[in-house]
Amino acid sequence: MAHVFLPYVLRKYAGGVETVDMPADTLGELIEKLEDNYPGMKRHLIVDDALKPGLAAIVGHTATRRGLLQKLTPDVEVHFIKAISGG
Amino acid sequence: MVATFEPKTDYKVVGTRPIRHDGYDKVTGRAVYGADMKLPGLIWAVCVRSPHAHAKIKSIDTSAAEASTGVFAVITGSDMPKAQSKLVDLGEGNINFKWASNKLMADDKVLYKGHPVAAVAAADRYAAEEAARKVVVEYEVLPSVTNVVDALAEDAPILLDDLVGDDLGKDVNNTNMAAHERHEFGDVEGAMKTAAHTIEREYNMQMVHQGYIEPHNATATWDEENRVKVWTSTQGAFTARTQIAGILQIPISSVKVTPLEIGGGFGGKIPVYFEPLAALLSKKSGRPVKMVMERTAVFETTGPTPGARMIIKLGADANGKLVAATADIWFEAGANPGAFIDPAAQCVYAPYEIPNTRIDGWDVLVNKPKVAPYRAPGSPQVAFAMETAVDELCEQAGWDSMQFRIDNASKEGTRRGDGVLFSKIGMQEVLEAATASDHWNSPVGEAPAGKKRGRGIANGYWFNIGLKSSANLSLNSDGTVQLTEGSTDIGGSRTSMAMHVAEVLGIGAHDVRPTVGDTESIGYTDVTGGSRTTYATGYACWIAANNLVEELKKRVAILWDIDENDVDFNDGVFSSKSEQKKTISFKDLAGKLEDLGGPANSTGSVDLESAGDGFGMHIADVEIDLKTGKTDIVRYTTIHDVGTAIHPSYVEGQMQGGAVQGIGWALNEEYFMTDEGSMANSSFLDYRMPTSLDLPKIETVIVEVPNPLHPYGVRGVGETPICPPIPAIANAIKDAVGVRLYKTPMNAGSIVDALK
Repeated sequence: MAHVFLPYVLRKYAGGVETVDMPADTLGELIEKLEDNYPGMKRHLIVDDALKPGLAAIVGHTATRRGLLQKLTPDVEVHFIKAISGG
Repeated sequence: MVATFEPKTDYKVVGTRPIRHDGYDKVTGRAVYGADMKLPGLIWAVCVRSPHAHAKIKSIDTSAAEASTGVFAVITGSDMPKAQSKLVDLGEGNINFKWASNKLMADDKVLYKGHPVAAVAAADRYAAEEAARKVVVEYEVLPSVTNVVDALAEDAPILLDDLVGDDLGKDVNNTNMAAHERHEFGDVEGAMKTAAHTIEREYNMQMVHQGYIEPHNATATWDEENRVKVWTSTQGAFTARTQIAGILQIPISSVKVTPLEIGGGFGGKIPVYFEPLAALLSKKSGRPVKMVMERTAVFETTGPTPGARMIIKLGADANGKLVAATADIWFEAGANPGAFIDPAAQCVYAPYEIPNTRIDGWDVLVNKPKVAPYRAPGSPQVAFAMETAVDELCEQAGWDSMQFRIDNASKEGTRRGDGVLFSKIGMQEVLEAATASDHWNSPVGEAPAGKKRGRGIANGYWFNIGLKSSANLSLNSDGTVQLTEGSTDIGGSRTSMAMHVAEVLGIGAHDVRPTVGDTESIGYTDVTGGSRTTYATGYACWIAANNLVEELKKRVAILWDIDENDVDFNDGVFSSKSEQKKTISFKDLAGKLEDLGGPANSTGSVDLESAGDGFGMHIADVEIDLKTGKTDIVRYTTIHDVGTAIHPSYVEGQMQGGAVQGIGWALNEEYFMTDEGSMANSSFLDYRMPTSLDLPKIETVIVEVPNPLHPYGVRGVGETPICPPIPAIANAIKDAVGVRLYKTPMNAGSIVDALK
């Protein structure tokens, strides 16, 4: 069961809660299930069958480089944040 | 699955201080920078720039310029390919090519003073400048806005008519607000009500520039096969290639970028400026075109970091534990969206464990140049607000501010302001090192008559990144190794890369000859930025070196007629596991490859997740002249967790360089804007950066909490050091003279005013 820490703008689709739990084996499957359960979320996360440009998914403690193919371990925490590098 | 590594300490090369490979070329002037570029038939180009901060272009007449002596080509906004307004992933962020193109050359409207409206290529620079003066532009001057308050006012002039702002997910038209974002967890309001002590303050900061000594430059050719070649000063050849191809609307395979030596960047040389313009002028003229920016244009039109308005509120319980925090952050984006409010949100509370937090950030357009990354973009601003608020909270409650920072320090499992959980981090170890440092345990000392001394401390944070890097190795017959890697070398990184290879191969750092490749001689590599280079490119070098060892084991197997699984390698010597007397050194083997299969090459590439968070604390002692308000730094110490220091001198250099830039930002630097929206101090004479004569030796304390995500434990250190100086100095000023400043720069005038 992945624990999804919802970005603030997505919380309105889930009744205002901070986190939701969702069974999923991959990040792509997780986003599909989020959309099934909370319609409207997907367009904030996916464009052209990939993570939205400039968006990063944090799985556990690290920003995944596998995109929607990223495998999810049980009880992992998932975040969606802006992808930023620095100077 | 992310690979993890156990920390080691018995290194032969890592942790030593070899002389940098590029040292002789740099000090003798042999190193080739953009201004040195020469090609057969080369011509020069310059820009015609707007004298107004905001104006409609009614007409442009280039006929006199085109008829001018020696002129080969003139371009205006109508020559720029029309890029679609769409966000595209740039690897370490995103880019909208329409805005990126418009930043380089105005279309129907100028958005900041110095905005290019045309470019002229001629036989030499002087002919180009003379012709540029003959371009006639008719403007309709519009009112301008140069700060976030004016830009968000109801009657504010709108910069981009087609901008659709994002206000917490809702579209907003007719606005200068590109984005409003929020991060929130816990019960912030409820927790704040329970706080025994609270503080709420507003902070303001002026825009500042990275101040790299080498101006932007580019030389380009556009040949008959529509192949574009660019030589430039850039922090990332591949990212430059993506931008050039996107702005010119041509395939990336048509563009070759050769990175030249770089005279500083600090984030400001990630965006391109002249590269597409030089290419278009080359296409039009049929000649190679060279452009080198003047200093005024560097200030007025390239990469500053955002000016900011911030309101911070903190709440702590009676025992001195933070229970809640809120931050409202307005950042100046310049003339196009993208003001680093996201990294600011990630960084603002990072040194502290706070169970209930909210952050609101606004990305606001103003009539100034589009901001660019600058060492930990967004983090120094919020560090100024957060770290001075922490000090003031402690002062009000009667708490020791160092002990407060220790008691509230973030650790593994702490939730960052954007909700992300920390893994193993070194904040607590940094604070332990700070309290054990000679500086912290020495008195501030007595000031001479008419002056007062004070001490300030502050934390800093940057998350560091990983991303993509590539490295190639080729073994020479004399036992030396040729290394080609993709990261442009700003701070001595090619030597650090060589050290990664040498450590694996059991040879000396100078037995490895490192070269920075162009986009056609090395695999994709992301920018030198984000404190990623030693971490990610070093990792790629480590993989390439290990792959070379595996290749050489096959050659040893041929030499000894044994199975390659029977070959071992340790400390630069190959041996047989079954027959221990059989040994051959790495160097001796290199001389025998002729009969063992010929050239031995290898490659390494990575696409890495997070790099390992970087924390630091600075201690600043200041001495203030009560009459003039002049602040002297009398002692300054930087303490940073760097993971493992591959080359300690370069790590110290990053710590000292970041501190000095932060000190300049704190005390002197600012974009001083006129009412008409012009920068009044666009030269190094008037834009006051600190020099070696202004500062004491910056002391360094390297804390090494090895990063389990890197084979040698590297975290990255390029950015965190610029975060603590501004609040550390603000806190020191308060300690010295009893007044607290909430605005940068904290220059002599503002101190005198505060003391009145």
